[in-house]
Amino acid sequence: MTLLLAAFDPPYWVSTLIKVLVISIVVPTTALILGMVFLFKVMSWMQSRLGPQEAGPRGTLQLLADGVKFLQKEDIAPFGADRFIFRTAPLVVLMSTLLLYVALPASAHLVVSDLDVGVFYVLAVSSLSVLGVLMAGWASANKYSLMGGLRAAGQLIAYELPMVLAVLGVVIQAGTLSLNGIVFAQANGSIFGWDAIGNPYILTQFVGFFIFLAAVQAELTQPPFDMPVAESEIVSGYQVEYTGFRFLIFFLAEFATAFVFAGIASVLFLGGWAVPWLDTASDWYYVLGPVVLFAKVMIVSFIIFWVRFTYPRFREDQLQSFAWKILIPLALANIVVTSVLKVVL
Amino acid sequence: MTTTHDELSAAPVERTSEGAQELTSADVVAAAEGLRERGAVLRLSEADAAAIEPDQVAADETMIINMGPSHPSTHGVLRLMLELQGEMVLRCKPIIGYLHTGMERTGEELTYLQGPTNVTRMDYAAPLFTELAFSLTVERLLDIEVPERAVWIRMLMTEMNRISSHLLFMATNGMDLGAVSMMLYGWREREETLRFLQEVTGLRMNHNYIRPGGVAADLPDGWRDGVLRLLDMLPPRLQEYDTLLTQQPIWRERLQGIGVITAEECLALGVTGPILRSTGYSWDLRRDMPYLAFDQVDFDVVVGSYGDCFDRYAIRLAEMHESMKIIRQCLENMPKGDYRIQDKKVTPPPRARIDESMEALIHHFKIFTEGFKVPEGEAYVAVESPRGELGCYIVSDGTSTPYRMHVRAPSFVNLQSLPHLMHGGLVADGVAIISSVDPILGEVDR
Repeated sequence: MTLLLAAFDPPYWVSTLIKVLVISIVVPTTALILGMVFLFKVMSWMQSRLGPQEAGPRGTLQLLADGVKFLQKEDIAPFGADRFIFRTAPLVVLMSTLLLYVALPASAHLVVSDLDVGVFYVLAVSSLSVLGVLMAGWASANKYSLMGGLRAAGQLIAYELPMVLAVLGVVIQAGTLSLNGIVFAQANGSIFGWDAIGNPYILTQFVGFFIFLAAVQAELTQPPFDMPVAESEIVSGYQVEYTGFRFLIFFLAEFATAFVFAGIASVLFLGGWAVPWLDTASDWYYVLGPVVLFAKVMIVSFIIFWVRFTYPRFREDQLQSFAWKILIPLALANIVVTSVLKVVL
Repeated sequence: MTTTHDELSAAPVERTSEGAQELTSADVVAAAEGLRERGAVLRLSEADAAAIEPDQVAADETMIINMGPSHPSTHGVLRLMLELQGEMVLRCKPIIGYLHTGMERTGEELTYLQGPTNVTRMDYAAPLFTELAFSLTVERLLDIEVPERAVWIRMLMTEMNRISSHLLFMATNGMDLGAVSMMLYGWREREETLRFLQEVTGLRMNHNYIRPGGVAADLPDGWRDGVLRLLDMLPPRLQEYDTLLTQQPIWRERLQGIGVITAEECLALGVTGPILRSTGYSWDLRRDMPYLAFDQVDFDVVVGSYGDCFDRYAIRLAEMHESMKIIRQCLENMPKGDYRIQDKKVTPPPRARIDESMEALIHHFKIFTEGFKVPEGEAYVAVESPRGELGCYIVSDGTSTPYRMHVRAPSFVNLQSLPHLMHGGLVADGVAIISSVDPILGEVDR
């Protein structure tokens, strides 16, 4: 079967159709999986509850039921809202998520578009979502929404930089901006001459990994950095006026983005779709690659959500000083050390 | 035709009391209102208040935002009008009355025996304390002594209620600061304490358990096991809270130095309870004006030193340990005897007597329809509720219903400190401050 997949070379329009179909199935599915596993079940167990029990076997279909419920709700735009922008905003947020999936490689060939500057592309399109958030915050004609939108914008500026700087260390070490290239570099690399497990960058770039995860947490507006959607302060911020399927789109985008960011973290730091004892050229990766990547994504997501359910929320100014005074200097130091070692070794 | 300002102000909406509660922006606020907003808070003289410089902010740089009455962190139906510059709170105006049900007035229609059913609904997180304050006041008017066992049962039950109320604070405080798991942990432990209260009183809240003359029922069989189970369960769980929050950098950052108030300001505002103690002013009615048998038990009054939100959190956490200490002593010292006074005037006859005696039947009937008469006079008794000094003031005209009943609710008085605490903080701090004042709106509006 793996050989069949390797030999499959459809015409351009067929492959494009397949890619569109796959993405439009994968994005909601991953959001459902993360929502179900972490938001419902893992969170419940951490809080000594059972979580959903009724919908489907052991409540596994609860999120589907919720989704159907949202679709039935009335689509309300508040009086005084800028209707066009208000209605487009969730789509812009979702667009940014969809664009992120384009570059995520599930094996050497199972990738929608294997870009030479994948890392650059991912960092660029991930910040598009804040446009949607600002649009939602502004167009809702609600003071709480506006505060949420502005908080999100401030947070993005503070966190794009550490994220980029954290990834730079990986890029320097791998010597490429291509996400697949980084996977190859890790699988075939060595740590100071020891190459039994290749060189997963989490071992050599652990500082970068920590900074990257912190920045992802802020990018996803998850606690402890959830000020833009802080329910107890500004009543869910920019989402406050959204109902029905537009709210559902925000929800989908949030969890799908969590998934894809966990995927990018796995690619950059955990060796992506490769496993150490199997050569990266093997055809087995057509089947094994997605499975391995999924497993790694679940591990990283678990960390993301573990932090989410544990920590209280930062204050807006504390977040800024944390980013500018701790993360950015740390990331810069990491880059310096990495470059020196790269040149010396 | 142009609309003049006078015509606008004559519009019906302006005449409602709600319209008058709106916060106006700082540049149009009249001198008198400024004095009321700032000066009255700190009991300043007119000259001193005038000397306070207003915040130098242009009016078009501020935003007036309405927080509540339905907002996740205003603890029920508190409504705050905030004037913000960016996210900084310049002024804050608490607006209350959304839960006003006229309980004090209702209390004047109900007999003294029915009274606890009414007052228990005021502070719904610590209902036994209002019952206790009411009963102690009625007992002072009647000039009766309740049996020793009733006194100790009351102590045991109210301290248990103090724990459940503080656990609710832990839960909501965690939730307001974004620690969602803490909310569930707090509720989990509170559930256990409520279960014990239910075993004894039959209800989780609105117990109507403490009544003039004693308590409604004796402690059930096996109550000692229930208490001991709780006393074993709680300390490790509180230890968990400590691990999860107290030592946590984010938690400390969010609470330390936020919402600072001094002892003088507390006294000027009449603020009591954990807020007053957080300033280092050691004042606890249980020790300073002992009621029940608190002079016979050994416990510490926990005080803070900075008067900030963190101290208030830590004090409540420590007070739970003190309450457990008291409960343990209640277990050891629980005397045998009657759980209510054997005074025919106040206590209905036992069920068995009703079958035997016509007088007992009539007496039973009279006590539940007409109630018992209370001698003329007035009395005020205060107890230390989880939120501060909870007092009940009753004037009796010699009939079986109070002529006037007033409850000095700590939440109501403590709310006065909000404008002062919130000034100059961020919105996020404001949420932490409301949480640390821990108001119960049922008690505020009565």
